Amino acid sequence: MSDETGGWFADATPDEPERASAAIRQRSADAPGDWSTRAVDAGFAADETAYYDALHEATLAATRTAVREAERADDQQLMHAVRAMDDCERTANELAERLHEWAGSLFAGAGTGIDGARDVADRDPDGPAEERAVALAERVVELADEAADLRAHIERTAPEVAPNLATLAGPVLAARLIALAGGLESLAKKPAGTIQVLGAEDALFAHLRGRAPSPKHGVIYVHEYVRGTREEDRGSAARALAGKLAIAARGDHYRGEFNPAIERQLEERMATIRARGEADE
Amino acid sequence: MSDLPAGVERRRFDGEKRLATQGPPVYGEPTADGWRAWDARRSKLGAMLETGMDTGLAGGETVLYLGAASGTTVSHVADFAGPTYAIEFAARPARDLLDASAPRDRLFPLLKDARTPETYAHVVEPVDVVIQDVATRGQAAVANANARFLDEGGLLLAAIKARSEDVVADPSAVFERELDTLRETYEILETARLEPFHEDHLGVVARRRA
Repeated sequence: MSDETGGWFADATPDEPERASAAIRQRSADAPGDWSTRAVDAGFAADETAYYDALHEATLAATRTAVREAERADDQQLMHAVRAMDDCERTANELAERLHEWAGSLFAGAGTGIDGARDVADRDPDGPAEERAVALAERVVELADEAADLRAHIERTAPEVAPNLATLAGPVLAARLIALAGGLESLAKKPAGTIQVLGAEDALFAHLRGRAPSPKHGVIYVHEYVRGTREEDRGSAARALAGKLAIAARGDHYRGEFNPAIERQLEERMATIRARGEADE
Repeated sequence: MSDLPAGVERRRFDGEKRLATQGPPVYGEPTADGWRAWDARRSKLGAMLETGMDTGLAGGETVLYLGAASGTTVSHVADFAGPTYAIEFAARPARDLLDASAPRDRLFPLLKDARTPETYAHVVEPVDVVIQDVATRGQAAVANANARFLDEGGLLLAAIKARSEDVVADPSAVFERELDTLRETYEILETARLEPFHEDHLGVVARRRA
């Protein structure tokens, strides 16, 4: 069957549920099409009724498989995924810098960063040097895309592994905290004060040796509650967030159930902290 | 009070008149004579109908439902609409969505991210109505990205949750900002707060612009 239509049914037949299910999970298209009409025209289904019956079976199978995969995820898998994502992002950025330097000598107006690499990757190379530069740009783009896919994977699996932590921290920060602690169990055993400075170990040890003030926050800095709070109150915000994150991690590890009350309590506490800033204005 | 879509009726359950559709029960809702009560407290679209918003729904439309969660609302939609595509991002509620979809042969569940329509455009056809209830930041941007499934004049029924955008800001300010973003792609026909059924939610009826 031809691949031209771009629909999920393009290289499957109704008696191949596995292929249809894989196509639904993995394929993509920029724009929707009149798939029922095209499927009938392409001979995939006898008529519209048969098409929708096949689609029902295929979407149920695809979603069942995808749900099962997400449920198999555990904290160890999540740690691998978030570390791989960070490595892909860092490497893509480093290579993009190298590429920018090189492409600048070959092409006029070569941009910077991943976007610059995308521009270079789309060019028609002229001569062996340009061929290498364009090929390198393609690798950079692939790495950046892989990082984006890993991020999407983490966003899907973190709420399965740690529903409370993922709700409070966001899926990626939740995965990062689990990775820094070395697992959900060890995160659940850490006091809130430790969670508050996870990822700021250098600053913490400098402080303990008496060379620096105590760090106010580690990776939780990227959370909107910390970053979006004015500087004087950021320590309070980080402490409040870390406290609820510790409770969330314990809930996830020992009970494994979602508890919406934690988020509500944190929202109230944050409103109080931010009200200080408004009162001062 | 505007007309209810065909297939949705106000019927009496335990002496109380409530919205209802005909179909297999999903979430332990009361049933009577093959009809099942549609709980406006658990469904933003139910609340939009209950508060008398003119949703423009007539019944039998093709629907793309974003943020299907466990399938509470989308199961009612599939009861009165035509082919219905249900997008849900999280695996846990999608398990229940599968149970709601199995007995409804024109309800198609998809574990996909509503922020990236290209991951399901190979499955979803252009539809008459997009219904949106996603609790993620950038809700108006999600509606704009999914406008590709609507022809000019196609309907958007959205519930905007203020606390998903900014938990501490004034909900009215959040709604204004989201509506401004929506106007890039849609003409806003009607808005209404969904109290007392849902706190800090704005129901929006809009039409895809040219």
